[in-house]
Amino acid sequence: MPSNRNIERYVAPFEETPVAAVDAVNTSQKASSVWGDAWKDMRGRWLTWVCLALIVVIAFVAIFPDLLAPSSLKSCRILNSVEPPEAGHPFGFDVQGCDVYYRVIHGARASVTVGLLATIMATVVGAIIGAVAGYYGGWLDSIVSRLGDIFFAIPSVLGAIVVMTVIPWGRNEVTLALTLAVFGWPQVARIMRGAVLTAKNADYVTASIALGVSRGKILLKHVVPNALAPVIVIATVSLGTYIVAEATLSFLGIGLGDSAISWGHDISTAQEAIRTTPMLMVYPSAALAITVLAFLLLGDIVRDALDPKARARR
Amino acid sequence: MLWYIGRRLLQLIPVFFGATLLIYLMVFAMPGDPIAALYGDRPPAPEVIEQIRQQYNLDKPVIVQYVLWLGGLFTGDLGTTYSGRPVAEELARAFPITARLAVLALLFESVVGIAVGLVAGLRKGKVFDTAALVISLLLISIPTFVIGFVLQYLLGIKWGITRTTVSPEAPWGELIVPAIVLASVSFANILRLTRASVAENMGADFVRTATAKGLKRGRVIRVHILRNSLIPVVTYLGTDLGSLMVGAVVTEGIFNIAGVGGTVYQAVVKGEGPTVVAFVAVMVIIFMLANLLVDLLYAVLDPRIRYAK
Amino acid sequence: MKTNRKALAALSIFAAGSLALTACGGGSGDSGKSSESTTSSQGTTTDPNAAATTDIISTNGTEPQNPLIPTNTTEVGGGKITDLVFAGLVSFDAKGAPQLDQAESIEPNADNTVWTVKLKSGLKFSDGTPVTSDSFIKAWNYGAKFSNKQGASYFFENIKGYDAEKDSELTGLKKTSDTEFTVTLNNPESDFKLRIGYTAFVPLPEVAFKDMKAFGESPIGNGPYKLADAKAWTHNAGIELVKSDSYQGARTPKNGGISIKFYTTQDAAYADVQGGNLDVLDQIPSKAFKTFTSDFPDSNVNQSAAIFQSFTIPQYLEHFKPGEEGELRRQAISLAVDRDAITDKIFEGTRAPAKDFTSPVLSGWDTWGKGLAGNDVLSYNADKAKELWAKADAISKYEGTFTIAYNADGDHQTWVTAVANSLSETLGIKAEGKSYPAFKQLLDDENKDAMTGAFRSGWQADYPAAYNFLAPLYQTGAGSNYGRYSNKEVDALLKSGAAAGSAEAAQADYNKAQEILIKELPVVPLWYSNVQSVWNPKLKNVEIGWNSVPLYHEITK
Repeated sequence: MPSNRNIERYVAPFEETPVAAVDAVNTSQKASSVWGDAWKDMRGRWLTWVCLALIVVIAFVAIFPDLLAPSSLKSCRILNSVEPPEAGHPFGFDVQGCDVYYRVIHGARASVTVGLLATIMATVVGAIIGAVAGYYGGWLDSIVSRLGDIFFAIPSVLGAIVVMTVIPWGRNEVTLALTLAVFGWPQVARIMRGAVLTAKNADYVTASIALGVSRGKILLKHVVPNALAPVIVIATVSLGTYIVAEATLSFLGIGLGDSAISWGHDISTAQEAIRTTPMLMVYPSAALAITVLAFLLLGDIVRDALDPKARARR
Repeated sequence: MLWYIGRRLLQLIPVFFGATLLIYLMVFAMPGDPIAALYGDRPPAPEVIEQIRQQYNLDKPVIVQYVLWLGGLFTGDLGTTYSGRPVAEELARAFPITARLAVLALLFESVVGIAVGLVAGLRKGKVFDTAALVISLLLISIPTFVIGFVLQYLLGIKWGITRTTVSPEAPWGELIVPAIVLASVSFANILRLTRASVAENMGADFVRTATAKGLKRGRVIRVHILRNSLIPVVTYLGTDLGSLMVGAVVTEGIFNIAGVGGTVYQAVVKGEGPTVVAFVAVMVIIFMLANLLVDLLYAVLDPRIRYAK
Repeated sequence: MKTNRKALAALSIFAAGSLALTACGGGSGDSGKSSESTTSSQGTTTDPNAAATTDIISTNGTEPQNPLIPTNTTEVGGGKITDLVFAGLVSFDAKGAPQLDQAESIEPNADNTVWTVKLKSGLKFSDGTPVTSDSFIKAWNYGAKFSNKQGASYFFENIKGYDAEKDSELTGLKKTSDTEFTVTLNNPESDFKLRIGYTAFVPLPEVAFKDMKAFGESPIGNGPYKLADAKAWTHNAGIELVKSDSYQGARTPKNGGISIKFYTTQDAAYADVQGGNLDVLDQIPSKAFKTFTSDFPDSNVNQSAAIFQSFTIPQYLEHFKPGEEGELRRQAISLAVDRDAITDKIFEGTRAPAKDFTSPVLSGWDTWGKGLAGNDVLSYNADKAKELWAKADAISKYEGTFTIAYNADGDHQTWVTAVANSLSETLGIKAEGKSYPAFKQLLDDENKDAMTGAFRSGWQADYPAAYNFLAPLYQTGAGSNYGRYSNKEVDALLKSGAAAGSAEAAQADYNKAQEILIKELPVVPLWYSNVQSVWNPKLKNVEIGWNSVPLYHEITK
């Protein structure tokens, strides 16, 4: 009896998937990198776009304040002192009789410039120094860490007065940011160093060493991206504290000139009227809070994107 | 390990000299005559000012001043303030008060900050996390002064729960409210740091392993997540001492605490070199010891970090 | 105003009142109101002259800058204490009228150059040792001696034998008996009796000269109060004073003692009065300007004080030099400052717009001060300001920014900004404040004539006399003449006023000097500062002296 069973013979079609193809690398595409993957991940989240939109708005206000608050609002008449909002003056007037709306809009430039510049300088310098110190260790670490100890102990008032006095060119946003950064980098460096100390013992680093990757490359490609999270956190919070610190320095007589408009300055002068007209403090503080929020969220998103495990979980 | 600690303690010596010299140069670089300023707009005879300048060695080059100060240091003399009081007395008065304040602030920001940050990290994206975000934004955007003022008004004046200001002896109990005010910004930082680390470690292999082998959630959180998340937090605490001690000018002013911050600020503004240098020297030592402690804690928190030599 | 830091903003002096001041009327309408409120709150319970209680009154203070040696105490912190612990030949009542305190009589010779002082008999220091002529002569010699480096040594400069550059003896001081001595002066001085009301002129006990440094830590005086014990002064915390039974004078305490607590900020002290931890506060933080009358409805005062505030435009400043252009510009600037609006909106009525270069607490100020000829230049007038500025521009065009410098550690930023805004609004020029981080830096630039604009200035009187508001500030080469103003006519008028036989004759000279000043405006007068005080409503008899310090000995609980 002839069998009606269908006997199928499974034989891989010859040469259907050549070994070369399995192992092939698409050389026409860019190599995947930590940063590339991160961006790919960020692109897909709506929060990223909200953040970026916020930042674009803040940047727009900082660059073109006159479009939103024309200079016709600029004058300060003492007789308008602490007058409530009225038509054309949506936020009312401050103690000096200046239009609060005008000052909030025009304060963006100085505040955001000082805050961002100081944060970037302190973070970049601190992160590089901290990473090198933590990764290579030894005498380099000792010197950098002890230098940091000295910087920590210098009273910032003294440091700021001296830096502002010694700097040959005038006081402007850059000088101020520099002053703040000079005393801000050691903290970033310590945090980075601590994170690098943990990251450099990870298995993937051992693996890279075994594969013969150069030390510099390991630091850059494996250790730093994995140690960046706390630095990003500190940087985003610092942005806010630097913007406020600008006010403290102005208050001490070493900030931007008296005619400069900044949120920090307005927050510190509004303190005088805190019991009678607390609203004066609300507007610049809210502007500061929104800015910090934008960068805080951005920092969060970047951090998540850099962490492949967090990506996998979503 | 002992070798490592010994080496670190030896490093104190060059840092001490470097820091004090640097401060001397900085105080010297500030413009203005501190002695003339003591008398305000009504100057005494220039000869009187000159005599007092000589008394404080201010007429000599800065290096000579520094060497004289060092010489005094070895005989136990830290110099005098411009009111003629020994700087050593000022140190002995201000540091204990500030130390108490800083300890309370550190305790508050670390305990509450880590707790809130941990929960926020575990429940990332949930209501609690959002609430924590709003709180940290508020603390960053509202100046310390306002927080202090509001707490003082409500607790001290309106409800009469606490004293409005701290009495000269500055007992622990009276320092609690000032410590909370002082710690507010750092609290925001610690909260964010903890949250970020916890969120990151949630997905780590060792956490998955621990969960997979059936450990209780509490233990996983405590031993595996929290412990591995603390390194950046501990580092931050070490760097935060400065703002808690020297940077407490505003808080000290609100609550009338005669601590290090106000003393150093006044000394800087007056150009009172010996006082500034002595206080900074103590601060440098505190920082080096604190950071040594932090480095040792690393090894406890992360067994892979070793200080073999 | 004399010194740098905020707490010491009112640094200065607790000085004398003038005989001529008895009728001190001017500008103190507020003070009348306040004494009314005190009396009404005290009810009918006690006779103010009843036996002194043992109640301790607590009040604010600041850590003294120096050991408590009267001749080296030139700031409020220490002055408040030495004033209570020591007693001079004269003291002052609430209106600033001098009253003989340790002296029985003080009489001048015909040309005011030799003064004979008779002491009351049986005067004692709190340690039981007698107060004699020698106690005064030795103390004054100590204060004047060059090598003792005393901050108030210049107070003795008119006494014969004084030398500012080397050690010398005050040969003008002659002991007649244990209770009588004479003082010979270099130049006639009709105000001498006022001048010796200043705390530098108090006696010191024998024990002081053995170890002055130790004495300064725990001074023994002849005043209404003494230190509670050898450790009464806790540095940076406070000082405890108790009633001294050995005191014989015009200021007999009606309470058991004064506890002075040191504060680094007025805000903290204000909170303590609100919280019931402090009885009397004699300065109000600017944050409470608007609210202190409602916070303390029946226990506050806001009265005139002997404090004058201004900004100086130095004579060496380009476009403001002596001559027609400078004069036009100075007047334009002065006319462009809206003093009424600023004192109202920024200071909430705690300052009064200036009408001259002195203070409303001075006797007769209502006529010669308020009505000073030419003082309409101190009233806001935008049109005239613009007109004068344009005239000056026709002579030489003004470009650049007009700055007003101030020290950031002294709470000046708000009013400087307001004045700068007023200038730029009115004149259409760029005007702004320029802050110096520390007073010493500002002082340095002032001393070196290196100011690049105007700078804040002011004066708190040592004793309530017009001369004291003018001579130290506008006389050629005077110590506090930082604007480097020089006018021979003004110099001559001040000199003849000082030597004049009668108060009226002296005032006539000072008026003429002021008329020149108001034309040339070496400084732009802004306002007179008031003194504000709040206290625990349970206290009675709180009154503030002309020198802005409460009359502590009068206060009862």
